[in-house]
Amino acid sequence: MYVLSAIVCLTLLGLVLGLLLGIAGKYLKVESSPIIDELESLLPGSQCGQCGFPGCRPAAEALVDGKAPATICPPGGSALAEQIAALLGLDLDLSAVKEPELLVARVSEATCTGCTRCFKVCPTDAIVGAPKQIHAVVADACIACKKCVEVCPTECLQMHPVEVTLRNWRWTKPIPVFDESETGSALC
Amino acid sequence: MLSFFTKSRIRGGVHAEGYKELTSADKIVSGFPLPKTLYIPLQQHVGKPAEPLIRVGDKVLKGQLLAYSQGLISSPVHAPSSGIILDVNEYPAPHPSALPIRMIVLETDGKDEWVKSKIVVDPFQLTPEDISLRVGAAGIVGLGGATFPTAVKLNMGRENSIDTLIINGAECEPYLSCDDRLMQERADQIIDGVRLMLHGMESDHAVVAIEDNKPQAFYAMQTAARPYPLIKVIQIPTRYPMGWDRQLIRYVTGKEVPVGCRSSEIGVTIHNISTAHAVHNAIRKGHPLVSRVVTVSGGAVGRPMNVEIPLGTLISEVFKFCEVDPSLTARIIMGGPMMGDALPHTGLPTVKATSGVLALTESELKSTDVQPCIRCASCVTVCPAGLRPLDMANNIRMNQLDAAVDLGLKDCISCGCCSYICPSNIPLVQYFKYASGEVVARQQAQHKSEQTKRLMDDRNARMERIARQQEEEERIRLAAKAERERIKAEQAIAAAAAEAAQETLV
Repeated sequence: MYVLSAIVCLTLLGLVLGLLLGIAGKYLKVESSPIIDELESLLPGSQCGQCGFPGCRPAAEALVDGKAPATICPPGGSALAEQIAALLGLDLDLSAVKEPELLVARVSEATCTGCTRCFKVCPTDAIVGAPKQIHAVVADACIACKKCVEVCPTECLQMHPVEVTLRNWRWTKPIPVFDESETGSALC
Repeated sequence: MLSFFTKSRIRGGVHAEGYKELTSADKIVSGFPLPKTLYIPLQQHVGKPAEPLIRVGDKVLKGQLLAYSQGLISSPVHAPSSGIILDVNEYPAPHPSALPIRMIVLETDGKDEWVKSKIVVDPFQLTPEDISLRVGAAGIVGLGGATFPTAVKLNMGRENSIDTLIINGAECEPYLSCDDRLMQERADQIIDGVRLMLHGMESDHAVVAIEDNKPQAFYAMQTAARPYPLIKVIQIPTRYPMGWDRQLIRYVTGKEVPVGCRSSEIGVTIHNISTAHAVHNAIRKGHPLVSRVVTVSGGAVGRPMNVEIPLGTLISEVFKFCEVDPSLTARIIMGGPMMGDALPHTGLPTVKATSGVLALTESELKSTDVQPCIRCASCVTVCPAGLRPLDMANNIRMNQLDAAVDLGLKDCISCGCCSYICPSNIPLVQYFKYASGEVVARQQAQHKSEQTKRLMDDRNARMERIARQQEEEERIRLAAKAERERIKAEQAIAAAAAEAAQETLV
């Protein structure tokens, strides 16, 4: 008798818990790891491919799998690397990261034919123009993805370094003149 | 016991060698030869640059409005002398980078003829709002170096019901003595300016705080303030950076301004004594801010002095007048030696913020022989903001800016005490200036990446919408075509039927 009731109880328990799990699996389903979404929102999102992955989401997936270092994204520079490392709890040595050189596309008005090809490929609508009119780049919206440079038939679109004005001028970092390793220990 | 409490009100700071005796004994020189050309930057203040309302070739009088203020926080610019506008264009700014900013170039005609202005008989009959308006229209900004528009500060004072107005006569930077001389020679005008500011802020009490290394200025101000019991003149200890607003407020009132708050939120506001003097000039004489007293000093200066110069005078002209030896000059500094900016050359104009121009010799500069940190914590002791400069600098060197921000990088006021005291000559404040700029750059980059995402999402949505529309149009086109073919077929059938009927009839 005891054996029978035990079997019945355990079977019922199993069924109920299984049902609950089934319901939970259906309604509380996680589409993908939320950390991937979070990482993707940190990445620039220009799908430029400079990291070697076919876009920002694959790069985020690789980061979560540990297949890529936190310093993967060249346009993001060390600021992004620091954020990624903080999110994934990684240790990071940033002294080797090179800051990306800031570039901006510019149209040479002498050679622009108004072919409209560049603004069709611009992912951020940073190029304005109309057929047979000289185009112009809105510098604040340009993300330096260089897609327009590739399609321009007259090579009138070129990347230029961002002009330094009083608005974006910054003090440079003092150059340490003594041995790095000696004082590196002071931080520990 | 009392002195024990008073002392605790000062945090950090250094006793820097003053070098004020180079210029503090002599009267303010007023016979500065009027320069041929003046370069007047459109932005000499915190906020939006002024917008010019004159054209090239216009004839202007001294004190005439050249550019009007734009937006809430901005300040107008006036002609420092009479003459003709030569150009409105970009010229090198008085800034360590000497990058170009927009300036008005004025060719003086030598007459120095004032524009006519209405003079108020009794300014205390004016409403406080009117005082603010007049101060704003005169282009007055904080002349201690912060260059925040004074009218905005007066308005904030009215809104926040200020109970104490502190007048900053600390002048804690070495070499500078322009405020000292101004207080000695024009104490009555300054006290009048203070009374006008009190009226403009609807406030009663003022405290004029003067460092105890300026006994004559203290005496002069005390004498001038005697008829007004609500204006108190006090002496404060000589210690750099005593003139930092938060340090001064802490010392005078015992209150601490919380992080991220303005001093007006705790009922205190602070103005410089030269600002009070400019307010007096603007309201009593109707003269906008077109000149200021500048300390010209340093080891390479042949005739160190305090001199009143028109704004926009090139530093090279000032140096010529003061007989600066270029071969001895190792560094040119605008402002004081602690917080001032090193300028690359002398072809830059003086502005509203220029309290001093220094030509320092090699021996007056700090050694740049950097040694490793010996963990003496001198920088921690002297930091007036209560930070740990050595740890912050280490983090910044390793590019860990977030860690530096956590340690309080944003509270650093770049006073330079840490660099001054460091026995190993570590460029601490230089690290913080770099990092502060970098933090701003990163914030901008993050903002840009957010905006980029928005732009791309908008674009993708638009592309989808266009594709959907095209699909829809294609569907409608196909449907119309099918309809046309159906009608055609029906007509053909009908025609065939009619023909058949005809044939049978025939």
